[in-house]
Amino acid sequence: MFAASAFAQPPVVAPAQEARYHALIVQLRCVICQNRSIADSDAPLAADMRHMVAEQIKAGRSDDQIKDYLVDRYGSFVLYNPRFDAATWMLWLGPPVLLLVGLGIVILLLRRGSRRAEPPAPNAEDVARLLDEDT
Amino acid sequence: MSHLRFIVPTLVIIALIGVMGYGLTRDPTVMPSALLGRDAPAFAVSRLQQPDQLFTQKMLQGQVSVVNVWASWCVSCRAEHPFMEELAGRTNAKVYGLNYKDERAAALDWLARYGNPFAAIAYDHSGEVGFNWGVAAVPETFILDRHGVVRYKQIGPVDQVTLEKTLLPLLKELESEPS
Repeated sequence: MFAASAFAQPPVVAPAQEARYHALIVQLRCVICQNRSIADSDAPLAADMRHMVAEQIKAGRSDDQIKDYLVDRYGSFVLYNPRFDAATWMLWLGPPVLLLVGLGIVILLLRRGSRRAEPPAPNAEDVARLLDEDT
Repeated sequence: MSHLRFIVPTLVIIALIGVMGYGLTRDPTVMPSALLGRDAPAFAVSRLQQPDQLFTQKMLQGQVSVVNVWASWCVSCRAEHPFMEELAGRTNAKVYGLNYKDERAAALDWLARYGNPFAAIAYDHSGEVGFNWGVAAVPETFILDRHGVVRYKQIGPVDQVTLEKTLLPLLKELESEPS
Protein backbone atom coordinates (compact mmCIF):
# COMPACT_ATOMS: atom_id res chain seq x y z
CA MET A 1 0.00 0.00 0.00
CA PHE A 2 2.22 2.81 1.23
CA ALA A 3 5.97 3.13 1.00
CA ALA A 4 7.80 2.78 4.28
CA SER A 5 8.67 6.47 4.30
CA ALA A 6 5.22 7.66 3.22
CA PHE A 7 4.31 8.88 6.67
CA ALA A 8 7.44 10.96 6.82
CA GLN A 9 6.54 13.12 3.82
CA PRO A 10 4.08 15.99 4.06
CA PRO A 11 0.71 15.13 2.55
CA VAL A 12 0.28 16.08 -1.08
CA VAL A 13 -3.19 17.28 -1.93
CA ALA A 14 -4.29 18.47 -5.35
CA PRO A 15 -5.15 22.21 -5.41
CA ALA A 16 -8.77 21.43 -6.24
CA GLN A 17 -9.03 19.31 -3.10
CA GLU A 18 -7.15 21.54 -0.73
CA ALA A 19 -10.24 23.31 0.57
CA ARG A 20 -11.82 19.98 1.37
CA TYR A 21 -8.64 18.71 3.00
CA HIS A 22 -8.38 21.76 5.26
CA ALA A 23 -12.07 21.64 6.10
CA LEU A 24 -11.72 18.00 7.12
CA ILE A 25 -8.58 18.20 9.22
CA VAL A 26 -10.02 20.86 11.52
CA GLN A 27 -12.94 18.56 12.29
CA LEU A 28 -10.71 15.74 13.51
CA ARG A 29 -9.27 15.62 16.98
CA CYS A 30 -5.66 14.80 17.71
CA VAL A 31 -5.96 11.91 20.12
CA ILE A 32 -2.69 12.78 21.80
CA CYS A 33 -3.02 16.55 22.18
CA GLN A 34 -6.68 16.14 22.77
CA ASN A 35 -7.68 19.77 22.72
CA ARG A 36 -6.27 20.36 19.27
CA SER A 37 -7.37 19.29 15.85
CA ILE A 38 -4.98 17.33 13.68
CA ALA A 39 -4.65 20.53 11.66
CA ASP A 40 -2.74 22.33 14.38
CA SER A 41 -1.27 19.54 16.47
CA ASP A 42 2.46 18.90 16.33
CA ALA A 43 2.16 15.31 17.49
CA PRO A 44 3.63 12.77 15.07
CA LEU A 45 0.40 10.83 15.12
CA ALA A 46 -1.45 13.95 13.94
CA ALA A 47 0.93 14.09 10.98
CA ASP A 48 0.14 10.44 10.26
CA MET A 49 -3.57 11.17 10.38
CA ARG A 50 -3.23 14.20 8.09
CA HIS A 51 -1.31 12.00 5.70
CA MET A 52 -4.02 9.36 5.75
CA VAL A 53 -6.74 11.97 5.19
CA ALA A 54 -4.86 13.25 2.14
CA GLU A 55 -4.46 9.70 0.83
CA GLN A 56 -8.14 8.99 1.33
CA ILE A 57 -9.10 12.19 -0.49
CA LYS A 58 -6.86 11.20 -3.36
CA ALA A 59 -8.49 7.76 -3.41
CA GLY A 60 -11.81 9.48 -3.97
CA ARG A 61 -13.44 8.79 -0.63
CA SER A 62 -16.24 11.00 0.64
CA ASP A 63 -15.96 13.06 3.82
CA ASP A 64 -18.15 10.59 5.67
CA GLN A 65 -16.08 7.67 4.47
CA ILE A 66 -12.90 9.36 5.64
CA LYS A 67 -14.42 10.04 9.04
CA ASP A 68 -15.54 6.41 9.24
CA TYR A 69 -12.02 5.36 8.35
CA LEU A 70 -10.60 7.24 11.31
CA VAL A 71 -13.40 6.37 13.71
CA ASP A 72 -12.89 2.68 12.85
CA ARG A 73 -9.36 2.95 14.09
CA TYR A 74 -9.41 5.54 16.85
CA GLY A 75 -13.02 5.62 17.99
CA SER A 76 -15.65 8.33 17.84
CA PHE A 77 -13.57 10.57 20.09
CA VAL A 78 -11.58 11.49 16.98
CA LEU A 79 -14.54 13.53 15.67
CA TYR A 80 -15.00 16.99 17.08
CA ASN A 81 -18.70 16.75 16.30
CA PRO A 82 -19.76 13.48 17.86
CA ARG A 83 -22.25 11.50 15.89
CA PHE A 84 -25.72 11.01 17.21
CA ASP A 85 -25.99 7.35 18.18
CA ALA A 86 -26.75 5.08 21.08
CA ALA A 87 -23.58 6.11 22.89
CA THR A 88 -23.92 9.87 22.53
CA TRP A 89 -27.65 10.63 22.69
CA MET A 90 -27.35 11.76 26.30
CA LEU A 91 -24.53 14.11 25.32
CA TRP A 92 -26.63 15.70 22.59
CA LEU A 93 -30.02 15.74 24.32
CA GLY A 94 -28.95 16.28 27.91
CA PRO A 95 -28.35 20.05 27.89
CA PRO A 96 -31.49 21.00 25.91
CA VAL A 97 -33.58 18.72 28.12
CA LEU A 98 -32.11 20.21 31.27
CA LEU A 99 -32.74 23.67 29.88
CA LEU A 100 -36.38 22.84 29.20
CA VAL A 101 -36.79 21.36 32.66
CA GLY A 102 -35.29 24.48 34.18
CA LEU A 103 -37.50 26.76 32.10
CA GLY A 104 -40.50 24.66 33.07
CA ILE A 105 -39.71 25.08 36.75
CA VAL A 106 -39.26 28.82 36.33
CA ILE A 107 -42.59 29.15 34.52
CA LEU A 108 -44.35 27.08 37.17
CA LEU A 109 -42.93 29.19 39.95
CA LEU A 110 -43.81 32.44 38.21
CA ARG A 111 -47.38 31.29 37.65
CA ARG A 112 -47.76 30.29 41.25
CA GLY A 113 -46.39 33.64 42.38
CA SER A 114 -48.78 35.66 40.24
CA ARG A 115 -51.80 33.82 41.62
CA ARG A 116 -51.44 35.51 44.97
CA ALA A 117 -53.74 38.50 45.55
CA GLU A 118 -52.48 41.64 43.90
CA PRO A 119 -52.19 44.79 45.98
CA PRO A 120 -55.08 47.24 45.41
CA ALA A 121 -54.72 49.57 42.42
CA PRO A 122 -53.36 52.95 43.56
CA ASN A 123 -55.95 55.71 44.02
CA ALA A 124 -55.09 58.81 41.95
CA GLU A 125 -56.11 61.25 44.72
CA ASP A 126 -54.03 59.47 47.35
CA VAL A 127 -51.00 59.50 45.07
CA ALA A 128 -51.38 63.21 44.36
CA ARG A 129 -51.69 64.01 48.08
CA LEU A 130 -48.62 61.93 48.91
CA LEU A 131 -46.64 63.71 46.27
CA ASP A 132 -47.79 67.16 47.52
CA GLU A 133 -46.72 66.32 51.08
CA ASP A 134 -43.13 65.90 49.96
CA THR A 135 -42.74 69.37 48.54
CA MET B 1 -45.96 22.23 48.93
CA SER B 2 -44.01 25.49 48.92
CA HIS B 3 -40.93 23.58 50.08
CA LEU B 4 -40.90 21.95 46.67
CA ARG B 5 -39.54 25.09 45.08
CA PHE B 6 -36.39 24.61 47.13
CA ILE B 7 -36.23 20.84 47.20
CA VAL B 8 -36.59 20.21 43.48
CA PRO B 9 -33.88 22.57 42.21
CA THR B 10 -31.58 21.45 45.04
CA LEU B 11 -32.03 17.82 44.06
CA VAL B 12 -31.44 18.66 40.42
CA ILE B 13 -28.26 20.54 41.29
CA ILE B 14 -27.04 17.73 43.53
CA ALA B 15 -27.72 15.22 40.77
CA LEU B 16 -25.85 17.40 38.28
CA ILE B 17 -22.90 17.78 40.63
CA GLY B 18 -22.88 14.03 41.16
CA VAL B 19 -22.82 13.27 37.45
CA MET B 20 -20.21 15.90 36.68
CA GLY B 21 -18.12 14.92 39.68
CA TYR B 22 -18.08 11.37 38.44
CA GLY B 23 -17.07 12.68 35.04
CA LEU B 24 -14.09 14.42 36.63
CA THR B 25 -12.81 11.10 37.94
CA ARG B 26 -12.57 9.66 34.46
CA ASP B 27 -9.43 10.00 32.42
CA PRO B 28 -10.11 11.26 28.90
CA THR B 29 -6.71 10.12 27.72
CA VAL B 30 -7.75 6.52 28.23
CA MET B 31 -10.00 5.98 25.26
CA PRO B 32 -11.71 2.65 24.73
CA SER B 33 -10.30 0.89 21.75
CA ALA B 34 -12.37 1.05 18.62
CA LEU B 35 -11.21 -2.51 17.93
CA LEU B 36 -12.82 -4.21 20.91
CA GLY B 37 -14.89 -7.15 19.79
CA ARG B 38 -13.59 -6.96 16.23
CA ASP B 39 -11.12 -9.04 14.26
CA ALA B 40 -7.55 -7.86 14.40
CA PRO B 41 -6.93 -5.62 11.39
CA ALA B 42 -5.16 -7.35 8.53
CA PHE B 43 -1.50 -6.57 8.01
CA ALA B 44 1.63 -8.02 6.43
CA VAL B 45 5.05 -6.76 7.40
CA SER B 46 8.43 -8.38 7.69
CA ARG B 47 9.51 -10.01 10.89
CA LEU B 48 12.06 -8.10 12.93
CA GLN B 49 14.49 -10.97 13.37
CA GLN B 50 13.73 -12.80 10.14
CA PRO B 51 13.42 -10.01 7.57
CA ASP B 52 12.68 -12.42 4.74
CA GLN B 53 9.62 -13.79 6.53
CA LEU B 54 6.22 -12.16 6.76
CA PHE B 55 4.24 -11.49 9.92
CA THR B 56 0.50 -11.33 9.18
CA GLN B 57 -2.66 -11.25 11.26
CA LYS B 58 -3.09 -14.94 10.48
CA MET B 59 -0.43 -15.69 13.04
CA LEU B 60 -2.78 -14.24 15.67
CA GLN B 61 -5.46 -16.83 15.03
CA GLY B 62 -5.69 -20.27 16.54
CA GLN B 63 -4.58 -19.43 20.06
CA VAL B 64 -4.95 -16.66 22.60
CA SER B 65 -2.31 -14.03 21.94
CA VAL B 66 -0.83 -10.86 23.32
CA VAL B 67 0.46 -8.15 21.02
CA ASN B 68 2.79 -5.70 22.74
CA VAL B 69 3.52 -2.48 20.85
CA TRP B 70 7.00 -1.23 21.70
CA ALA B 71 9.98 0.68 20.34
CA SER B 72 13.63 1.04 21.29
CA TRP B 73 13.21 4.82 21.62
CA CYS B 74 10.36 4.44 24.10
CA VAL B 75 11.39 4.89 27.72
CA SER B 76 8.21 3.47 29.26
CA CYS B 77 8.68 0.34 27.15
CA ARG B 78 11.98 -0.17 28.90
CA ALA B 79 10.21 0.13 32.26
CA GLU B 80 7.48 -2.26 31.16
CA HIS B 81 9.85 -4.83 29.70
CA PRO B 82 10.40 -6.96 32.82
CA PHE B 83 6.62 -7.34 33.14
CA MET B 84 6.41 -8.48 29.52
CA GLU B 85 9.04 -11.07 30.29
CA GLU B 86 7.13 -12.15 33.37
CA LEU B 87 3.91 -12.29 31.38
CA ALA B 88 5.49 -14.48 28.72
CA GLY B 89 6.73 -16.84 31.39
CA ARG B 90 3.40 -17.14 33.19
CA THR B 91 0.91 -17.61 30.39
CA ASN B 92 0.32 -20.19 27.70
CA ALA B 93 -0.76 -17.46 25.36
CA LYS B 94 1.63 -16.45 22.62
CA VAL B 95 3.26 -13.09 23.28
CA TYR B 96 4.05 -11.19 20.10
CA GLY B 97 5.73 -7.86 19.64
CA LEU B 98 4.86 -5.02 17.27
CA ASN B 99 7.98 -2.94 16.82
CA TYR B 100 6.55 0.49 16.06
CA LYS B 101 8.26 3.25 14.05
CA ASP B 102 11.67 1.92 14.89
CA GLU B 103 14.93 1.07 13.14
CA ARG B 104 15.66 -2.62 12.81
CA ALA B 105 19.20 -2.34 14.12
CA ALA B 106 18.20 -0.28 17.15
CA ALA B 107 15.36 -2.67 17.94
CA LEU B 108 17.56 -5.75 17.69
CA ASP B 109 20.16 -4.07 19.85
CA TRP B 110 17.51 -3.27 22.46
CA LEU B 111 16.36 -6.89 22.59
CA ALA B 112 19.91 -8.16 22.85
CA ARG B 113 20.50 -5.84 25.77
CA TYR B 114 17.26 -6.28 27.72
CA GLY B 115 15.97 -9.67 26.69
CA ASN B 116 13.42 -10.95 24.20
CA PRO B 117 10.15 -12.34 25.56
CA PHE B 118 8.44 -12.40 22.16
CA ALA B 119 7.61 -15.49 20.12
CA ALA B 120 7.83 -13.28 17.04
CA ILE B 121 8.00 -9.58 16.33
CA ALA B 122 6.40 -7.63 13.51
CA TYR B 123 8.58 -4.83 12.15
CA ASP B 124 6.19 -1.90 11.63
CA HIS B 125 8.76 0.60 10.44
CA SER B 126 6.30 3.12 8.99
CA GLY B 127 3.76 2.84 11.78
CA GLU B 128 1.04 1.91 9.32
CA VAL B 129 0.13 -1.28 11.18
CA GLY B 130 -0.07 0.68 14.42
CA PHE B 131 -2.28 3.24 12.68
CA ASN B 132 -4.71 0.55 11.61
CA TRP B 133 -4.75 -0.78 15.16
CA GLY B 134 -5.48 2.65 16.62
CA VAL B 135 -2.16 2.93 18.38
CA ALA B 136 -1.83 6.41 19.81
CA ALA B 137 1.35 6.03 21.86
CA VAL B 138 3.78 3.39 23.01
CA PRO B 139 3.57 1.12 24.84
CA GLU B 140 0.18 -0.39 24.26
CA THR B 141 -0.76 -4.02 24.62
CA PHE B 142 -3.59 -5.88 22.91
CA ILE B 143 -5.09 -9.16 24.01
CA LEU B 144 -6.76 -11.33 21.39
CA ASP B 145 -8.78 -14.48 21.80
CA ARG B 146 -8.11 -17.63 19.83
CA HIS B 147 -10.28 -16.41 16.97
CA GLY B 148 -8.10 -13.38 16.49
CA VAL B 149 -10.69 -11.01 17.97
CA VAL B 150 -9.38 -8.08 20.00
CA ARG B 151 -10.73 -8.43 23.51
CA TYR B 152 -8.72 -5.94 25.54
CA LYS B 153 -6.35 -3.04 25.01
CA GLN B 154 -3.94 -1.85 27.66
CA ILE B 155 -2.98 1.77 27.15
CA GLY B 156 0.36 2.64 28.68
CA PRO B 157 2.90 0.39 30.33
CA VAL B 158 1.99 -2.84 32.04
CA ASP B 159 2.87 -2.89 35.72
CA GLN B 160 2.65 -5.49 38.46
CA VAL B 161 -0.92 -4.65 39.39
CA THR B 162 -2.16 -4.72 35.79
CA LEU B 163 -0.34 -7.98 35.23
CA GLU B 164 -1.82 -9.72 38.26
CA LYS B 165 -5.26 -8.19 38.39
CA THR B 166 -6.13 -7.73 34.72
CA LEU B 167 -3.94 -9.44 32.15
CA LEU B 168 -3.22 -12.84 33.65
CA PRO B 169 -6.82 -13.47 34.76
CA LEU B 170 -8.12 -12.34 31.38
CA LEU B 171 -5.73 -14.60 29.51
CA LYS B 172 -6.76 -17.53 31.67
CA GLU B 173 -10.40 -16.79 30.98
CA LEU B 174 -9.86 -16.52 27.25
CA GLU B 175 -7.98 -19.78 27.20
CA SER B 176 -10.87 -21.58 28.80
CA GLU B 177 -13.30 -20.24 26.22
CA PRO B 178 -14.58 -22.88 23.81
CA SER B 179 -12.95 -22.74 20.39
